[in-house]
Amino acid sequence: MFRSVDEVAARLAETGYLASPAVATTVFLADRLGKPLLVEGPAGVGKTELAKAVAEVAGAELVRLQCYEGVDESRALYEWNHAKQLLRISAGRDESWDETRTDIFSEEFLLPRPLLTAIRGDVPKVLLIDETDKADVEVEGLLLEVLSDFQVTVPELGTITATRRPFVVLTSNASRELSEALRRRCLFLHIGFPDEELERRIVRLKVPGLGETLAESVVRVVGALREMELRKVPSVAETIDWARTLLALGADTLDETVVRDTLGVLLKHQDDILRAAAKLDLDAV
Amino acid sequence: MSAAGVAERLTGLVGALRAHGLRIGTGETVDAALAMEALGFTDRELLREGLAATLLHGTAQRPVFDPVFDLYFPRGIGAPRGEPTGRDELRDRLAAALAANDQALMGQLAAEAVDGFGGYGNSPTSDGWSSHQTLEWLRPQTLLARVRTSIRAQGGDAGFTDRLLDDEIRQRIEGFRRQVAGEARRRVAERRGRDEIARRAVAPTADRVDFLFAGRAQLAELRRAVQPLARKLATRLAARRRRASRGTIDLRRTLRGSLSTGGVPMRPVLRRRRPVRPELVLLCDVSGSVSGFSDFTMLLVQALHDQFSKVRVFAFVNRLDEVTPLLAHGTADPEGLGARIRAEATLTGWHGSSDYGVALGEFAERYGDAVGPRTTVFVLGDARTNMSDPNLPAVRHIAQRARRVYWLNPEQRSQWGTGDSAAPDYAELVEMHECRNAKQLSALVGRLLPI
Repeated sequence: MFRSVDEVAARLAETGYLASPAVATTVFLADRLGKPLLVEGPAGVGKTELAKAVAEVAGAELVRLQCYEGVDESRALYEWNHAKQLLRISAGRDESWDETRTDIFSEEFLLPRPLLTAIRGDVPKVLLIDETDKADVEVEGLLLEVLSDFQVTVPELGTITATRRPFVVLTSNASRELSEALRRRCLFLHIGFPDEELERRIVRLKVPGLGETLAESVVRVVGALREMELRKVPSVAETIDWARTLLALGADTLDETVVRDTLGVLLKHQDDILRAAAKLDLDAV
Repeated sequence: MSAAGVAERLTGLVGALRAHGLRIGTGETVDAALAMEALGFTDRELLREGLAATLLHGTAQRPVFDPVFDLYFPRGIGAPRGEPTGRDELRDRLAAALAANDQALMGQLAAEAVDGFGGYGNSPTSDGWSSHQTLEWLRPQTLLARVRTSIRAQGGDAGFTDRLLDDEIRQRIEGFRRQVAGEARRRVAERRGRDEIARRAVAPTADRVDFLFAGRAQLAELRRAVQPLARKLATRLAARRRRASRGTIDLRRTLRGSLSTGGVPMRPVLRRRRPVRPELVLLCDVSGSVSGFSDFTMLLVQALHDQFSKVRVFAFVNRLDEVTPLLAHGTADPEGLGARIRAEATLTGWHGSSDYGVALGEFAERYGDAVGPRTTVFVLGDARTNMSDPNLPAVRHIAQRARRVYWLNPEQRSQWGTGDSAAPDYAELVEMHECRNAKQLSALVGRLLPI
């Protein structure tokens, strides 16, 4: 898909995703080595966005499996279409039993779920397994076969192997430790908060109307907030929200009043706001 | 580098990482080699990211990986080129680099500084290189005011963000200190062998640092790890609860039920578990020697508070006082917790050193009713009584009333009973566990907490 790391960064940038060198390198390797990519990091740094951007760059179809507690085989892998099978049986009343039996367990009656969809067919695909840590441990076992050999076994049909390997991205917020077996099959990428320069470019890209100096101040204040011990530090998503807010308010420069009035966009807990206000020498909120 | 040389370099790196407790299999090493092939050797930072992606499995491993990588794939070899410069000139150039936040130049200056001022010993070149000595000579922290003035002079209008400037400069200086440390490590490794330095001179991951020897930065890192750790422990507790709620077989009711099937127990009846409301009491020694350990544990228990019907926390040095309100959810400021406890609670009597006997006696006397048959008590401390009476009857009394009593001791097991430690005496009465680092603590908490 890609020839060099620089090309990855450049093409991702075209879609509006500014990748740090670490992100670009790992995406390049995931493509080259054909391994799934496990992305961890705080909320709102663009883990899911990365998968979408890769899909766009590759001109691939994005198949998404959103994990939650209780997601199971029939939601993730495949399911037999029982209603259709019954219809088929009642429609073919004159047929012999053998004919019907072989017929109702054919591909026509299979409902593919994301994992199966991703490995079937010839169009390039990006498989996004979102919030893997929310799923139960049993689902991880299910993923192992899919991720290491890119195949799915349906007992009635046999093993379906991918003709074209999808580019797989798994995301996790680390609310549960993923099993070692799953980690071993993936390339690991931690997306942290971007450095000052990259974040400035992101803000400029996402909020084009914002002035250069104001963007710089915004990023510096957010950087200072991240150094404080807060319950929830602002993420890139919050930085962009704040920049939009400032633009909407028509602020040209940051001053105490503006920061004090809009701190709620960045921080989501009242005690965080109080702490930050104290540290930034704002008057009482 | 020849092909064999590269392979050896890579396996050396993997070996050093394994020595630090990272679990890396052969498969990952092969992947790393493939990554090296795909990326080439032209850009060192790309190589670093590529190896990190293939070899590491978690974020916590990165602080170990980076210095080890720097040793096996160093930026350069030997002394930096160019004439050695004087201290004042170096400081001038450093101030300029700090003002411009020029990382590459700072790295180069770090190399020159270690070369110029870090060497010690009396052989013609040097016996070793010390980052401490370099920084003592250079004193980069004293450049703060100068850098600030020069940035302000360039920036002109300062505005709101001016107040952030000092902290930003401090961070840059801190970054320079790290560069000096890395450079000194590299020079030492050239002299004494990479493998040895990679194993000995690289700090372990934060969850494997002993509480008793952790520095300020490491304690701060541990505090940040409290919330994620609590979430993990909560899921582990929930899983244990689910398993436990399946219950054991109720033999009497199973046999009774089997009468209808001619005495063959076709349908086993499980014993129903009464939903218990576990209560937790924490007794924490917060005296200087073990305060890092108890602060961390208190924060962890506070983060887990919704798992229990009632949590009460008591702190002591040689007097004991209840600190539960100070830990109340939402108001806790992790950084200042220890200081606030020491300021607001009555913890010391006539002297300032810890006295377990008096404190435990006071607990049994004044707060005896905090402990009941549903209560699990955790005592946190090193059991060093400063030669006073350990007051074993008080501990026996608490142990009799409570459901379970556990003692978590941050000292190495081999140290128990040495000097003024009364650990073996207490260990005879209550279950005592060695709990030296965050890794051990999270394993113990996951196992011992009542469900």
